[in-house]
Amino acid sequence: MKDTPKPEPTVPPAGAEAIIEISGLHKWYGEFHVLNGIDLTVQTGERIVICGPSGSGKSTLIRCINRLEEHQRGRIIVNGTELTSDIKNVEKVRAEVGMVFQHFNLFPHLTVLDNLTLGPIWVRKTPKKEAEEEAMVYLEKVHIAEQAKKFPGQLSGGQQQRVAIARSLCMKPKVMLFDEPTSALDPEMVKEVLDVMINLAEEGMTMLVVTHEMGFAKSVAHRVMFMDYGLIVEQNTPQAFFDHPQHERTKLFLSQILQ
Amino acid sequence: MSEVNSSQEPEVLKPPAIQLGVLGWLRGNLFNTWYNSLLTLLFFAIFWKLVPPLVKWAFIDSRWYSSAEACRDIDGACWSIIPANIRFILFGFFPHDQQWRPLIAMLLLVAMVFYSKDRRHWTRLLLWIWPAALAVMGLLMHGGLFGLSVVETSQWSGLPLTLMLALFGMFAAYPLGVLLALGRRSRMPAIKSLCVVYIELIRGVPLISLLFMSSVMFPLFLPEGVTINKVLRAQVAIIMFTAAYIAEVVRGGLQAMPRGQYEAAESLGLNYKQTMRLIILPQALKIVIPPSVGILISAFKDTSLVVIIALYDVLKTTKVTLSNPKWAGYSTEAYLFLAVLYFVCCYAMSSYSRKLEKALHTGR
Repeated sequence: MKDTPKPEPTVPPAGAEAIIEISGLHKWYGEFHVLNGIDLTVQTGERIVICGPSGSGKSTLIRCINRLEEHQRGRIIVNGTELTSDIKNVEKVRAEVGMVFQHFNLFPHLTVLDNLTLGPIWVRKTPKKEAEEEAMVYLEKVHIAEQAKKFPGQLSGGQQQRVAIARSLCMKPKVMLFDEPTSALDPEMVKEVLDVMINLAEEGMTMLVVTHEMGFAKSVAHRVMFMDYGLIVEQNTPQAFFDHPQHERTKLFLSQILQ
Repeated sequence: MSEVNSSQEPEVLKPPAIQLGVLGWLRGNLFNTWYNSLLTLLFFAIFWKLVPPLVKWAFIDSRWYSSAEACRDIDGACWSIIPANIRFILFGFFPHDQQWRPLIAMLLLVAMVFYSKDRRHWTRLLLWIWPAALAVMGLLMHGGLFGLSVVETSQWSGLPLTLMLALFGMFAAYPLGVLLALGRRSRMPAIKSLCVVYIELIRGVPLISLLFMSSVMFPLFLPEGVTINKVLRAQVAIIMFTAAYIAEVVRGGLQAMPRGQYEAAESLGLNYKQTMRLIILPQALKIVIPPSVGILISAFKDTSLVVIIALYDVLKTTKVTLSNPKWAGYSTEAYLFLAVLYFVCCYAMSSYSRKLEKALHTGR
């Protein structure tokens, strides 16, 4: 993605509040130690790209942030609410955190419009008409308003992923999590999704993106993180990260994916 | 070496025509190989041997409206057994002069079913019409108000009894089965094991034994003087039995749902109930329409087992008719009539389920 418009990757606004605070985070799948002591603070408005080999724990990390995965040790505080086994806290956090999945996970039995209004109507208790008007605004924003009455199964992969992004945005989240949003797409559809994400970045959305789209990382991220073996091996500004990787494993990884 | 196709658009060709009229079709499908030809001829021979005599028996040599005596000296079918005994077959021991009441109740039921078939009528209003219609049907059957004489449930018999057992059996069993399926997948061990035990226990015994238990054993545990209506007990046994089967089918549907659907719903902030109601169940229940309808159809037919606890459903009233020496020889005709009756109901269910599946299909 060389020719994507560049929002200037600057340091996030100084003195911004931390919206996500993770400290000493550990997680095991059975015997497998997938997250091995993660400390991470995300400022409001900050955009972070996380990369790393498969099995490094990057997806698990962002899935912990809205508790699709439970952590066994350490603390996660999102928007002032700590994630515990208290389901009320979890639902509170989930309403504030949007998530976009690799496989879109749209609801196939509902129209595009109903996919978008479901959250606002049932979680935010927005009146139906208002929710639909807002949903149309977001569909407009991801350039897909004309498909509102269709079912997800009738759309292309890129269109579905844009609908999924709009669905998350309808909840007016404070943070957006992207879990390999372009990995399941045909190559010619990657750009339309990245463009939507870049627009979102320009509006100042706080974003955590797990992706291997290094062009996107270079142009959008404030911080790029490399994870391996459940650890954050290295993190830096995109410039420094790509030009002068410090760690051997980072160098190896970058050489493999950038050829 | 590179090659560029100079024409702008590829020429659009029609698929090759293979239809060559009736003869071509016959040749292509029935006589295309020597063994297919042989099978075709064999089939026609059997058809020729069986069908004309059957038509002759059922329609040509048959009597439709005659006395039993007039049937003695014909070779064909004596359909007269049906019209001559129709009131007893359909309404059994319901008081003769009151039989207009179950008739109206059944017509009302059929009307309700037809009205509810159309998905455009699935509104909140319908949820109010059904209980009202059921109340009217109950009033017609039982009486006791508006000058209608009371008819005890022990006198309810024939088709109304069959339809009632089947309808309530299906409509109460379905939600119960869904709850059991959800319970079996629950993370709470107590609920989970309760549901597992229930489902496995009920599925492990035949319906007949459940019916026996409900009518013979169950009253033994009740204090003296307390009785629970026999029809109600049979009804409960049928509901419990059907629900266990529905539960397993629905569980299959729930397991077929991809994890991503749960995750997407949860990440929007929907709670468990909303996730199930809005996302998971609508999809899972759609997947299991074919096997569920299979269970509902067999539940419908299984209602005839209530004869063993001396309830007179439509099968039993037919048998009683046949035990009348006057009509004793015409069981073929009577059972064929019953078979058609059951078939119409079951086929209606199965064809409706296919339509519903199509209507709910949303691509993918």
